[in-house]
Amino acid sequence: MTAASAKRAALGLYIGLFFLYLFGPLLVMGISAFNTSSYPTVIPFEGFTWNWFLALANDKDMIYGLQNSLIIGVCVVALAVPVGLAGAIMMQQITPRARGFYYLVVVSPVLTPGVIIGISTVIFWRDLTTTLGSRLLYNGDFLTVLGQSSFISAYCMLICIARLQRFDRALEEAGLDLGASRTQIFWHILLPFMRPALLSSAVLAFLSSFENYNTTTFAILADKTLTTVLAGRVRQGSTPAISALAVVIIAVTICGALLYEVLKRRDDARKARIARLASKAEAQDLAIA
Amino acid sequence: MRSSDGHIFVLLLPLLVIAGFALIALVDRRQGRVTGPGFFARNGVGIGLYLLLAVSFWALLVIVLPQLFMVEMAFRPKLPPAATGGPRDVYTLENFRYFLYGSTTSTAAWNVTHLTAFWKTIVASILVTAGNFLLCYPLAFYMAQMAKAARVRLLLLLLIAPYWVNEVLRAFAFRVILGTSGVLNKLLLGAGLIDAPVDFLGLDVGLYAGLSYAYLLLMIFPLYNAIESLDGRLIEAARDLGAPWWRIHKDIVIPFAKPGIASGCTLVFMLTSGALAAPLVLGGPRSLWFTPIVYDRFYQAFNWPQGSAYAFILLLTCVAFVLAVLRLGKLSLGEITR
Repeated sequence: MTAASAKRAALGLYIGLFFLYLFGPLLVMGISAFNTSSYPTVIPFEGFTWNWFLALANDKDMIYGLQNSLIIGVCVVALAVPVGLAGAIMMQQITPRARGFYYLVVVSPVLTPGVIIGISTVIFWRDLTTTLGSRLLYNGDFLTVLGQSSFISAYCMLICIARLQRFDRALEEAGLDLGASRTQIFWHILLPFMRPALLSSAVLAFLSSFENYNTTTFAILADKTLTTVLAGRVRQGSTPAISALAVVIIAVTICGALLYEVLKRRDDARKARIARLASKAEAQDLAIA
Repeated sequence: MRSSDGHIFVLLLPLLVIAGFALIALVDRRQGRVTGPGFFARNGVGIGLYLLLAVSFWALLVIVLPQLFMVEMAFRPKLPPAATGGPRDVYTLENFRYFLYGSTTSTAAWNVTHLTAFWKTIVASILVTAGNFLLCYPLAFYMAQMAKAARVRLLLLLLIAPYWVNEVLRAFAFRVILGTSGVLNKLLLGAGLIDAPVDFLGLDVGLYAGLSYAYLLLMIFPLYNAIESLDGRLIEAARDLGAPWWRIHKDIVIPFAKPGIASGCTLVFMLTSGALAAPLVLGGPRSLWFTPIVYDRFYQAFNWPQGSAYAFILLLTCVAFVLAVLRLGKLSLGEITR
């Protein structure tokens, strides 16, 4: 064996082991969801069953937590995406002397442990609502949305900043020259340009919110989300129903990813067709002229 | 100072900072150092208001004020609601004293349980961070400099896939494998390598494996992004000049990828030291992680000021780590959060 092929084999082995580490645990957990054994395991595989999925579907707390997680996820998207966009635009416009400080403040939630964000949100709103004499806003769902938004908005902002840096200012000036108002420029030029960044922010925001545990477990107070119910169950003891939930989540995600890919391909094809038609029309115009 | 005055100070502080920057901006404009249309002229009134309201809501009510309130609470005594605002409601260091000595008054003995847990958390987080770096660097380098584009896209997809599954479930997967009646023990027993099941969770193997697994992605992406922008011809040139492989990494790739390395390490350290799910699910009975202690201060001991102090200590540790990384790498914050 030559040195080069030995090197290749070593590289292949390393990558193989890396992905075994990545997927092995999920695979084992996935298989244990179908095993009749009441403790989640693969060896011995006692028999195939769907019962654990049934147990999951009849688990009222889980279903309630799932609903709550979905509601919170949608609210976080509705809050964090506009805030992230505003944060990114502000980054460009803020006076240069304050830029470094501003950046430090709005990026800090990304570098702060999630538990601390949850704790500080609860403390602040407890004090504030006590002072104001209204406990209406001291509500687990509301606090969770705010706590999660603090760092999720920062993710959205970072995505938007990256896209905004490629924005061609000349487009804005062309719009102004053609008589558009500032507001019209925002809606008809800037927003369409930002669309891809806003879409990926929305997806990222929803997923980060849905799977968040650290911030949520503090901010949710006495209420429940899917992850907090799940954590409670896992601490009580291992049952294959938990594995079944993982299988469901993985299946939904794979379907989602496939759907996204199909939609993206279709969108790309549509754009290509429009571009083709436009260039054809332009050629005709030129021919007439 | 009484704590009711403290709240007013905490509320005023960010407003003063904003006013200060606004004043500087105004002076700059007056003296002609800044030209061009003003904020509302540039955005229009409606959009301008949206930008201002959204950003100030986020920065003040969601980020800064909660943090300041938490820090302020860390310096307050635990009092029954009736005594709040009374003569005993003065600032104190008793919560920090409790962390060090296990008592709010005596300094006779160290608070061994909490200090050990804290120390162990920090050391383990540094080790997990270093381990993840060593594990991810070769793959990041392979993807960024050696693999073909189609292969890289496939690998990236595969890398992201496990992270759609949430943290609690990922930790649970390790329990299925490493538990005393878990898969690994069954395999080892079956192969005759051991006679009795090994308690991997009690030995903290599960905890460290789970923690490293949980944040692998956040190490590999910054590394990949940083190495990807390195011009491959530099590596070729070094190779042509006869540099051995380790010098290529030490003198070319690593210095170039420094911002990415720093960013990956900060994220992984922060997430590991603040992790809650993995220690709860995978921690053995003797392994005390710091975050569950913080949690218990709030929801078991119902001592919120003490919990705040503990959270503040964790926050300071993370800030210290970020500063240390920046200092070591001679980097700025902007470079590592890209």
